Amino acid sequence: MTRVVPAAPPVARTVTRRRSARPLRQALTYLVLFAIFLFAAFPLIWTFVISVTDSNAVTTGRTVYDFPASLFPQKVTLTNFFNVVQTYPAVGRAFLNSLIISGLSVVLTVLVSALAAYPLARHEFRGKALIFGVILATMVLPTETSFLVNMLTLAKLKAWPVVGPLIGLGSYLGVVLPTVSTAFGIFLMRQAFLAIPQSLLEAARIDGAGEGLIFRRIMLPLAVPSVAALSIFTLVNTWNAYFWPSIALTGAQERFPLAVEMLKLKGAFNDNIFNTAAGAVIMMVPILGLFLFAQRFFMRGLEGAVK
Amino acid sequence: MFRFLRGAPVSYLFLLPALVLLVVFTLYPVLYGSYLGFTRYTAVNFATRTPPEWVGLGNFRTLAGDELFRISVLNSVKYLLVVPALQIASLAVAVLVNRQLPGIAFFRAAYYVPVITSISLAAVMWDWIYNKDGVLNWLLKGLRLMSPDSNLSWLLDPSTAFWAIMLVTFWRGFGYYMVLYMAGLQNIPGELEEAARLDGASPWQSFWRITVPLMQPTILLCTLLSTLSAIRVLEEVLVFTNGTGGPLNSTYTALLYVYKKSFGGLDFNYGLASAAGLVVAAIALVLSVLNFRLFREGSVRA
Repeated sequence: MTRVVPAAPPVARTVTRRRSARPLRQALTYLVLFAIFLFAAFPLIWTFVISVTDSNAVTTGRTVYDFPASLFPQKVTLTNFFNVVQTYPAVGRAFLNSLIISGLSVVLTVLVSALAAYPLARHEFRGKALIFGVILATMVLPTETSFLVNMLTLAKLKAWPVVGPLIGLGSYLGVVLPTVSTAFGIFLMRQAFLAIPQSLLEAARIDGAGEGLIFRRIMLPLAVPSVAALSIFTLVNTWNAYFWPSIALTGAQERFPLAVEMLKLKGAFNDNIFNTAAGAVIMMVPILGLFLFAQRFFMRGLEGAVK
Repeated sequence: MFRFLRGAPVSYLFLLPALVLLVVFTLYPVLYGSYLGFTRYTAVNFATRTPPEWVGLGNFRTLAGDELFRISVLNSVKYLLVVPALQIASLAVAVLVNRQLPGIAFFRAAYYVPVITSISLAAVMWDWIYNKDGVLNWLLKGLRLMSPDSNLSWLLDPSTAFWAIMLVTFWRGFGYYMVLYMAGLQNIPGELEEAARLDGASPWQSFWRITVPLMQPTILLCTLLSTLSAIRVLEEVLVFTNGTGGPLNSTYTALLYVYKKSFGGLDFNYGLASAAGLVVAAIALVLSVLNFRLFREGSVRA
């Protein structure tokens, strides 16, 4: 998505042959594109419509399942959103939890990945190839039972004096720490650092800059696109994470993020799908907005993983 | 003599946080989890700090005799059917959107949106679609594919729940692989297709003779990723069936078994859960090797 293939200039010989078929083919292409669009976006569009539908206007005679009429609500309202926040105050808290967990994840992931990537990209030292090899090898490890052992580890950490409540089971950091150091992040940052001209580093070293200063003042600023890509990637993943937070926050329900709270919301509002839909929109809007805003970085992060 | 080592302590310092976290939360769990698979170890052991008791292949014998485990592994293997569907569709869509058309950027972005939808959100939204009064029934009735008076609850019917959940995996996955395939497509030199077109190749021919062979590394990567996540499917079945494994255990997968033995029920049998995890890991390993073999032979032929 970062680099769009330029359209090939029309070749004179083929133009006459193709012109007649073009409008029809174009129309067909758009028809297919639109059909896939409906498949991809319909659940979200419908959720959004339900969330702004006035439930009173609907219940007189028809329900949201009265399809397709329910796609066009008779009365649009924001009441459902107020209902959710009022009758289910945990949503506000969960939103805050999601912000904290995602924020911590982004900052720590970028920091830890960038720190590790700098020597791997730019230093020569003993064991470099081995360390990098081990890091990459973690991508193919059989991680089937990691969630279980990590939960046990966090439970043990919880019993530690002083830091226990901070990093143990049920703490914000407990959710975050196991997901922070990944081969993906380190690899992505390493690629970015490799692309920075050597002359800049040499100049800085001649001027007597220490490694920490070079890292902060040269490497990080020049790798901003990759930092952004990794940040958004991490943010989306942690905002949406359901399984691991639900385990790592065992015994600390008040710290559940939205993704975990969402299903309880569904249960609590089983009789009122308007409120459930409103809750879903509350969860979706921040991440959707961010995605639309930062699409390019996002796709670049993915592509960085392929290369 | 020490000159070449001068920078090393600094380098190690930079690497320290990442390595500590990787060792504690990635390497150690794999090693300890594998060890637990050969022991008797439960929540009681953990609470009373009694160490795991080595039982050799005992857990594996238990698994071999457990009908539920057999069903769950079979379901996980059956789940692999999503892989070809997902890969063919996302490659096709990538080819479709990898050209300049007015508004194409909008479609690319829209196709990616399901990828950034959390599983719990998907569970909420697709529940309405799969409801007996939901949109899917409405659509099928409209297309005359279903009799007007039937009322199928897709997630509650043992014959459909599995496929309904798989469709959600497909929905959340095709945009992801589409982007990976697009990255691969952009590495194909434009001149190649141009030359083929001048030589009179149809788009269909140039797709099979140029695009597919050149895309082989990407296809291998995507197939591998999708195979591994299919055999490891857990969140979908956990969320859509409230962790019950679906009607008549029709959506009970191997990792759900690992999860239930770990935290569900009353036994908290960490040893048995780890053994089951090892079985899944072994299957995943075999599938990776198979994938590699398959694609290497393909590349020799091409």
